Amino acid sequence: MDTSEDILQQPAPDLVRGSETARPAKAARLSPSFISWLQAGPMMLVFLAFFLIPLVFVVIVSFWDYNEYQLLPAFSGRGYTDTFEGCIAQLPDLCTIAKTYLKTLKLCFLVWAITLFIGFWVAYFLAFHVKSKTWQMGLSLLCTIPFWTSNVIRMIAWIPLLGRNGLVNSGLMKTGLIGQPIEWLLFSEFSVVLALVHLFTFFMVVPIFNSMIRIDKSLIEAAYDAGATGFQTLVNVIIPLAKPGIVIGSIFVITIVMGDFITIGVMGGQQIAAAGKIIETRVNALQFPAAAANAVILLVITFLIITMMSRIVDIKKEL
Amino acid sequence: MTETTRKTGVSRRTLLKSTAGLAGLAAGSGAITGFPYVMSAEPKVLRYLGTAVNEGDDISKQCLKDTGIKIEYITATTDDVTKRVMTQPNSFDVLDTEYFSLKKIVPSGNILALDAKKIKEFDNITPVFTKGETPGGKKIGGQGTAPWKVLYLEGKDSKTFSKTATEFVTLIPTVYNADTLGIRPDIIKRPISSWAELLNPEFKGKASILNIPSIGIMDAAMVVEATGKYKYADKGNMTKEEIDLTMKVMTEAKKAGQFRAFWKDFNESVNLMASGETVIQSMWSPAVTKVRSMGIACTFQPLKEGYRSWASGFCVSKGVSGPKLDWAYEFVNWFLSGYAGAYLNRQGYYSAVLSTAKANMEPYEWAYWMEGKAAEKDIKAPDGSLLEKAGSVRDGGSYEDRMGGVACWNAVMDENDYMVRKWNEFIAA
Repeated sequence: MDTSEDILQQPAPDLVRGSETARPAKAARLSPSFISWLQAGPMMLVFLAFFLIPLVFVVIVSFWDYNEYQLLPAFSGRGYTDTFEGCIAQLPDLCTIAKTYLKTLKLCFLVWAITLFIGFWVAYFLAFHVKSKTWQMGLSLLCTIPFWTSNVIRMIAWIPLLGRNGLVNSGLMKTGLIGQPIEWLLFSEFSVVLALVHLFTFFMVVPIFNSMIRIDKSLIEAAYDAGATGFQTLVNVIIPLAKPGIVIGSIFVITIVMGDFITIGVMGGQQIAAAGKIIETRVNALQFPAAAANAVILLVITFLIITMMSRIVDIKKEL
Repeated sequence: MTETTRKTGVSRRTLLKSTAGLAGLAAGSGAITGFPYVMSAEPKVLRYLGTAVNEGDDISKQCLKDTGIKIEYITATTDDVTKRVMTQPNSFDVLDTEYFSLKKIVPSGNILALDAKKIKEFDNITPVFTKGETPGGKKIGGQGTAPWKVLYLEGKDSKTFSKTATEFVTLIPTVYNADTLGIRPDIIKRPISSWAELLNPEFKGKASILNIPSIGIMDAAMVVEATGKYKYADKGNMTKEEIDLTMKVMTEAKKAGQFRAFWKDFNESVNLMASGETVIQSMWSPAVTKVRSMGIACTFQPLKEGYRSWASGFCVSKGVSGPKLDWAYEFVNWFLSGYAGAYLNRQGYYSAVLSTAKANMEPYEWAYWMEGKAAEKDIKAPDGSLLEKAGSVRDGGSYEDRMGGVACWNAVMDENDYMVRKWNEFIAA
């Protein structure tokens, strides 16, 4: 919330120009801060009604009790204690929730690292090597292709490709590279990471591209003139200036992957635990308080990660 | 979540036309006879919440034709149906759900028991539901939430299941079946006769079980018992120790790489089997039929330990009253009158009233589906597509053999909460 307000209050060049042209005509008496509030207002109300209030409900319900068929509005920590069941008793073995989060974090880290690597270079190519605006637009639209089909179809389509009798396996067998089909191509962590990277690289490309396109080209020329190598320019000029994009892209990818259970479920053959999956099972068993407790835990952990990331880069300032 | 409201039967345009026609007719007849007859102009609409099993377009079309009742399907998964009954009891009129969910639904007070006296064919309902035996007198296994345990309530607004027959029926039975493992005989190439084969290392990385806890746990229990590791007092109502033991066996198998994948949805199970990713897995009858209709060999294998059965039926939302309640009775009576029963039988399910379904089927169809005889002619699905060539025999044989071989029913246990947690642990292992 406050980021968007700050943006509006700061004299960002575009906004000032916009309000100056509007001012003499109508809004001469409205103070600038009131206009800012007016502009931020609708989004704020939407956030309040559809995000903050439901979130408060989730937190409240997470402390309720429940039975087979209803919520019991009495204070109870059962949702939480059940979730952490066996965490101390089973030491040194990990309990379900710890295992699940470790697995989710591992997948999340892998997907983040790979999408960042691929996304960075795709954005770099788009920003510095593609000269025409039209081509830049066209090529970045190509990145949205994975979103053209529904989740389910996309998942099912992997089977003929990666399956035991799929295209990749039969191709490799024909060339004689392998004697037996490779089993870990599908329904494994590999396939989960592959599908997630395939889906979410786009969320890295766009913000990084957006940061890169705003880098003043004369800075790069200056670096070149000062005798910097390509690599030095990349590390000392481009990456620092693209940081806000990198952080925003990372936030997108991490929050989506932390909460995902459909892709992990389908590509992992329902055999890989995910934080979101626990919530789904609980909701399906009508154990809403336990589901809410798990949602709160997931939220807190994701929030911690995001906080750490924004420690590295002050997004507010950078924008 | 995966919920769509399908408006089937008639398109909006034809509905508009016909209602306009009806209104015109009503107005016309009113003008002639002097009757201000409003009722006939009001369309009879029932919102029908259920899983896709019973929700055929042909059924709703025929129903509209026979009774004038327009059925609006609300399709959801089994879990979502229960969730909806709990949270939005006013969003549907007629509920089509499974007996095992009654343990959750009845105590919530969100449904209305139906009056057996108003159900014309009630006395002709198969004894599978009322007595727990087949028409031929074979005793059916009652472990789990068997329908006869939860069929009656003690009183109209009672929340207690009655042990003896009363006139207050929780769910009027409609459809049921006996499930077992599906196999790929062309790949396995040897006879399979026990649930224990699911954990046979021979099928390492080629087995699957379904990931719906209340059904999956029953399949798991059948497997554990078949391996001789443990004999349950009641598979459908395990103690915490029994749940631990069951999940331990399954977890060890999972860690050893026995399972290729778990499935959650009908189409997933079809894909796994058809693509050869799995060769043995828990399966539902129409999924086996679908794999076979793709030209791939697939058998719904009868096993010596018996079948895991399920059953569903109709009740109405507590919000339904007045003429709507009458339509609901009219609809349920129509459903049991034969057309729908024959339709379900032709899909490989079983209908609750056998006599009326039989009257609506060809003798050769009845012989194939119900008597376990070799098909005299090609067997066709309700939509006319070819299911089986003449000469083939149904997997598992006759109704008597299949329903008589049921060992347990889908269940909600007393320790359901604990079981769900353990199931999550199994997935995370």
